[in-house]
Amino acid sequence: MGKNECTCALNELSEFYSKEMATRDVYGITLVEMGKKNPDIVVLDADLSCSTKTAKFAKTFPDRFFNMGISEQDMIGVAAGLALTGKIPFASTFAIFATGRAWEQIRQTVCYSNANVKIVATHGGITVGEDGATHQALEDVALMRVIPGMTVIVPADAYETAQVIVSATEYYGPVYIRLGRAKVSPVMPEDYRFEIGKAHIFKLGKDVNIIANGLMVAEALKASEILNKEGIDAGVANFSSVKPIDSEALLKIAKSSKLIVTAEEHSIIGGLGSAVAEFVCENHPVPIKRIGIKDTFGCSGSWKELLKFYGLTSENIIHTVREFFKK
Amino acid sequence: MVVDIEFLEEKARQIRIEIVKMLTNAGSGHTGGSLSATDIVTALYFYKMKHNPKNPQWKERDRFVLSKGHAAPVLYAALALSGYFDKSLLNSLRKLGSPLQGHPCCKNLPGVEVSTGSLGQGLSVACGMALGLRLSGINSRVYCLLGDGELQEGQVWEAAMTASHYKIDNLCAVVDHNNLQIDGHCSDVMNIKPIEDKFIAFGWNVFTIDGHNMQEIVDALEAAEKTKGKPTMIIANTVKGKGVSIFEGKVQYHGVAPTQEELEIALKELKNGKK
Repeated sequence: MGKNECTCALNELSEFYSKEMATRDVYGITLVEMGKKNPDIVVLDADLSCSTKTAKFAKTFPDRFFNMGISEQDMIGVAAGLALTGKIPFASTFAIFATGRAWEQIRQTVCYSNANVKIVATHGGITVGEDGATHQALEDVALMRVIPGMTVIVPADAYETAQVIVSATEYYGPVYIRLGRAKVSPVMPEDYRFEIGKAHIFKLGKDVNIIANGLMVAEALKASEILNKEGIDAGVANFSSVKPIDSEALLKIAKSSKLIVTAEEHSIIGGLGSAVAEFVCENHPVPIKRIGIKDTFGCSGSWKELLKFYGLTSENIIHTVREFFKK
Repeated sequence: MVVDIEFLEEKARQIRIEIVKMLTNAGSGHTGGSLSATDIVTALYFYKMKHNPKNPQWKERDRFVLSKGHAAPVLYAALALSGYFDKSLLNSLRKLGSPLQGHPCCKNLPGVEVSTGSLGQGLSVACGMALGLRLSGINSRVYCLLGDGELQEGQVWEAAMTASHYKIDNLCAVVDHNNLQIDGHCSDVMNIKPIEDKFIAFGWNVFTIDGHNMQEIVDALEAAEKTKGKPTMIIANTVKGKGVSIFEGKVQYHGVAPTQEELEIALKELKNGKK
């Protein structure tokens, strides 16, 4: 099957440019706009529609919204069934339940059938905050990345999120989109156009390049500014598309780097850092430092405190780079 | 509508012959549960379902979800005899490069609606299909075949709630109730009874029938279609390995293919049964 018809002109997304917003809020708004244009879009949620922001769609299109109750496995199966009759289902819940509780349904029923299901999970990462470890998905990208045929996207800001939702609708096949609870700083330039499988290089550094996604892109940009002032030529790239990964951009970055630093709001096992390390090791080995959650569960706290506690900050990126170049 | 029961019984006999032949040729696979489901699957493909083997993607077709995906041979035989593909392809079952995977894969084989094999997932998919058809205003039905051991999966009950909550009356599920699963009798492994009461409590319309009596199967499928406002569950009492005396009611034939000698006995019995 080919691409679905374009549902939303990109210029309508410009309202999200330079806005500081939580990516889940952008999702809720974009979904309604696309729903107006494409009657095939249907939405499922597992009793978290107020948190995932699909409640807006539910209110606007009650006949095309299915609250599945607290049953993520069934939700994914029903989404697959809807997709197999030509609908474009968006299934949402918290990232840990979407990818953990329903992993096998995603593998067996969605991906092995190549069903056109979009799993848009909110509350990815440590910034879930006070709810603590049970609700903080630090493994979701790894869990999705390992499944054949799955596309995995972690957008960096509001502007990119809106574009990712549109692209996912136009693309035929399973997609996992990881969104967050906390507000994120705008980082993407106005002329930016998201494409599945394409990275965005803000600047190519000659000493270090920081490869990040999600809210860590903003931290990477802050870090690079300071490093550049210190005389370390630091570049930054947004690898929102974790799978497929932009191997062309990665090779270019590897060839230009004395050090690569990866930064993600996820376990350092299996996520962006792993994906980068896998490719770079095999194709153009360069030293890599991975910044992320170091094989541990999260804990309760405010999201800002947690980012500091786990070293998901520009300061930690700077420190990591300085230590490397001190040698 | 006049139903040619003898025609359906003859089709079922032919399907059973194909099942034992392809399984012996493959050297592995699930004999018992394919044979117990044969009469139900035959009634669906050769009587009840509207479908077009020349146009498998026909939008208005009825859908069949084989939730007990290990009974793939009965689905493959029904598809082949319906004309989805040449019967000779059945010889490739479970062989490297074959579209006839050990458990059904919809990416490989026209006529397979969804990939199944991991138990407990098909009823959710069937609910989604039925909801999708209803939303599109397509007057088609969705059929889902489950194993009885499969009812031990929690997701089945999530889907049972969904079907009832959303009043999915274009959905008809069938439990192939042969009482056996790999480790033994269902009641010994993990009791699932009373099945009927459970589904009634979940808000379903429930029929219990003899799953080898073609007239009863046909009548139940017709009654299911007339039921409005709720999904229908047909609990089909069956015999594992039905049609071949040496396999009937024997748990050891759950996941084992017939040997060459057993095949000869099976073919002799099945061919003698010709009407």
